[in-house]
Parts: sequence; C-alpha cells; structure tokens
Amino acid sequence: MERVVYSDNAATTPISKNVYNAMLPYLTTGYGNPSSLYSLAREEKKALDQARAYTAECLNCSPDEIIFTSGGSEADNLALKGLLFARGFSKEKKQIITSTIEHHAILHTCEFLERIGYEVTYIGVDGEGHIKMDELEQAISDKTALVSIMAANNEIGTIQDLKAIADLCHKKGTLFHTDAVQAVGHMHIDVKEMGIDMLSLSAHKIRGPKGVGALYCRKGIHLEPLIHGGGQENGKRSGTENVAGIVGLGEAMRYAHEHMDEYLPYVARLRDRLIEGVCKIPYTQLTGDPVNRLPGTASFVIECIEGESLVLRLDLAGIASSTGSACSTGSLDPSHVLMAIGLPHEIAHGSLRVTLGEQNTEEDVDYLIEKITYVVKTLRDMSPVWDEKMSGEPMLKLFDK
Amino acid sequence: MDYSEKVMDHFANPRNVGVLEDANAVGEVGNAKCGDIMKMYLKISDEGVITDIRFKTFGCGAAVATSSMATEMVKGKTISEALQLTNKAVAEALDGLPPVKMHCSVLAEEAIHAAIADYYKRKGLNPEEFMGTCDMNCDSCGKH
Repeated sequence: MERVVYSDNAATTPISKNVYNAMLPYLTTGYGNPSSLYSLAREEKKALDQARAYTAECLNCSPDEIIFTSGGSEADNLALKGLLFARGFSKEKKQIITSTIEHHAILHTCEFLERIGYEVTYIGVDGEGHIKMDELEQAISDKTALVSIMAANNEIGTIQDLKAIADLCHKKGTLFHTDAVQAVGHMHIDVKEMGIDMLSLSAHKIRGPKGVGALYCRKGIHLEPLIHGGGQENGKRSGTENVAGIVGLGEAMRYAHEHMDEYLPYVARLRDRLIEGVCKIPYTQLTGDPVNRLPGTASFVIECIEGESLVLRLDLAGIASSTGSACSTGSLDPSHVLMAIGLPHEIAHGSLRVTLGEQNTEEDVDYLIEKITYVVKTLRDMSPVWDEKMSGEPMLKLFDK
Repeated sequence: MDYSEKVMDHFANPRNVGVLEDANAVGEVGNAKCGDIMKMYLKISDEGVITDIRFKTFGCGAAVATSSMATEMVKGKTISEALQLTNKAVAEALDGLPPVKMHCSVLAEEAIHAAIADYYKRKGLNPEEFMGTCDMNCDSCGKH
C-alpha cells in the first residue's frame, strides 16, 4: 500500500492530541465521582463544569442549558421523546415535523413515536437537499409540538438555513430542534442568533472520543428524562458522568471554538481541490449544494459503477471512504437521502462520500483523486452497464427491466 | 461487510473478466435498479463442453466475486454439468457469503443458465426441452 488516507471524517474522526492529553488524567488518577462531597472528587466536578462552559461558549448559550449524553443519538432521542413525554400524551400537541433526509437517530425515533400514537410529518427536499420551506410552512399547525430539521446532512453535506427555519417555527408558535452532529465544529453556530431551541451534538465528529455528546436545551423547555436515577445533569440525564469523555468533548469544543477560523478555510480548500479532480471523471457529478455545504464533505454519484465495489477497491488502496449504495445498506434501496434528492436508483448505487478533516493534506487529496479515477476506470472496464452506455444503446433497456 | 478472504481475493483479482468475441452463448441477468447486472459470455464446443468463458459485472463485491467463482467452476465442464451448478455451491466455494449477499450467488447461477438458454435458442431449439421448465421465481433468466 503506497499510502493510508483516512477520509471518512463524517463517520468519525481521530482523537486529537490535545483531547487525548485533556482526558488522560481522568482515566488514571482523576477517578472520583463528581457527585461526592470529599475533596478527591472536587477536581472531577470542576472538570465537568469547565467542559460545560467550553461547550456553552462554542454554541453561545448558558452552561446550564447543556445536558451531556452518551452521544448524538441519545441527544436526538432526548429532544424528541423528552419533550413529548414531559407533556403527557396530549391530543392538542401530538405532531412532530421532520425531514426526509434526517439521520436514523431522528427517523427511527419518529417511527417509534408514530407507533405509540403521535403523528409525524416528513418534509421533502429539493435536488440539492434543501428543506422545502413552503411545505414546512403548510405543515406546521396548532398541534405541532416540535420541528426537527438537521443542520447539515451527513451524506451530501448540504447546510440548511437554520435561522429561516427557526423564524418560521417561532412565527407559527412551535419549537425548533436541530440535529447538528455533522455541523458543530464544522460551521459557526450561535443558538441565540439563529433561534435554535434544542440542538444535538456529538464529540467524536470533532476529534473527541466516542460515547459522549450533548443536547443544548433552551431554558424554560421542560424535558422528561429518558434515564431516571440519581439526578445528574440537573435531573435531565441520570447516571454517573462519563468524566473523561465529557472532558474530551469540552476540549474538542474549546479547540473548535478557538481555531475554527483557521481550519475551516483550509479543509474547504482541500475539499474543493478534491471535487474539482473527481468531477473530471466523465459522467460524475457532485451531490448536495455546491456552495452551502460542509467544509469537509465531498459527495458524488459516478455512473455505471456500484458504490460498495468502489469503496472496497479504494480500501485496498489504503483509502477509507463510504457509499450510500443499496449493497451497503443491506436492502434493495440506496440511501434514503439519495432517494429524497430525487436520484434514480441506478445512479444512486454509484454514490461515493469522501469526508476530509484538518489532519488531511494536499498530498492526500491528490492521492485520492488518482486512486478514485483509477478504480472507477477499472470498475467501468468490467461493467456491462458502461459498455451499453459507450455503445450508445439506450440505457433504458437495462434500467427498466 | 464481513467478506471471507476468498471473496476478497476473487473481488480484487477477478478471474475471466471481459468479453468473449466468439462466444456462442451470452446471458445477462439482474438490473441496474437493484444494483446488480451480470453478463456471461460462453464458448460451447460441438460436443457441448464450455471451452471458454468471460464475464462482466456491475455490482457489489459479492456480485463480482460470485461471477468470478462461477466462471471458474463451469469452465471445461459440459452443459449438463454446468446446469447442475447451484448458487449454494458457488457461495460455499467462496467460504460463504453474508446472508444479505446470498442473492448475488443466485444471480451467478441464473447468468450461466441464461447463457445456456441463449445457446439453445441460437441453434433454433427450445431451451425448456433441455433445461426443464422454469419455476418462474426469477424474471431474468432469459428462458422466456
């Protein structure tokens, strides 16, 4: 293998040195339980407070509006179930509105809520993955308890106009939650200025550890906890705190807040270089919004090849990437996001997502372009679909069988 | 995806890839919508022996590996031997496939059947007389 390039940063990121160093004391000597009274546990309590302060600073909220969780999925579950359960089953407020391109942490939670009697309305998106605002406006009614729309999409990188969505929700008298797991640390987020009521985030997408995340919940919004017990996290999430993990999250948030203006333009430049190079491959197109997209996310559909084969062959060349093809999802359908933006099945099967981080280099990008180009050519050489396309025969013959 | 070493070997170094210009039996199964298409090219001698074989596949790692393995298993075999090849045998020869990928081995079996059906059709014969009637469980074997 000539090189190893980790370029699946939307899946997870490597822990940074500063996060590792910040966590280490709490995996060794700093083992005290933050709830204890004695001095041995005081450091741990202070460390939690500091992490909470860093997280709040990065989002521009108050530290007591941060609830640490086991990750982004728990934060999403807490936002949706916690809000509805706090109100009891209310006939008046029993509708949730979300989008067709959400992460499964939202979609499967919504499916569960539907099973127990709530109503869920799914808002569609345009070809670039933007929420249809007119559809959203029409869907919000007196019975809407919450609108949950992701800040930025994990597959195609499209960033939503959060302020516009929040304004619309508030104008129509409902609350707005955003799953910002892909967005935090990758774009500027100010919950006050944007008008966000609840926001989910995860540490391991911003070079922190796995198994820890947080929910920002604006003061005054009452949530029923998902985990009852000793009353940690202001009674909203019981269980002895994952101190080392939370410290890691705090340090990752501090770093993001202080250095975002340096690394975001750097990562975006790498991404643009990658997009330019890969789009030179014939019959290849970028998916998602070409401008308002996550700085590290390059996502494509490449015709006449299948995504799993592409990802496996790139892996043989030392490259970590991902795809939304059916063969990767374990069903006959490609990813719901690629379907929602209106791609035909046969095109969506050839999807590739490459997500860069600040640890990637220009050399990495050039290697990615070289290998992706080579592997696509290899796979097309053995693809009967490519032969059909090149012979000028109508592809419909194959696709409409 | 949890692929065996054999699957990865046949995926990374597929045997018998390409087009056989003088093929006298060609079968294509699957569809692009589902993400798998296999096309098999066979050269069958007057004695009914598969003397050469090539394939082209659009699909996942398992689709490529099962195509490759199936071509190796029927090369040099007679038509009737080739018709005995089951998807299970292909999967076993690859040291197993993940359950969600078993349909790829079915496609490999069907592709060979489709090519042999094409061989009979080219001779002006009814494939069903030689291959039996179809259970109609698939829609792409080419016998119909």
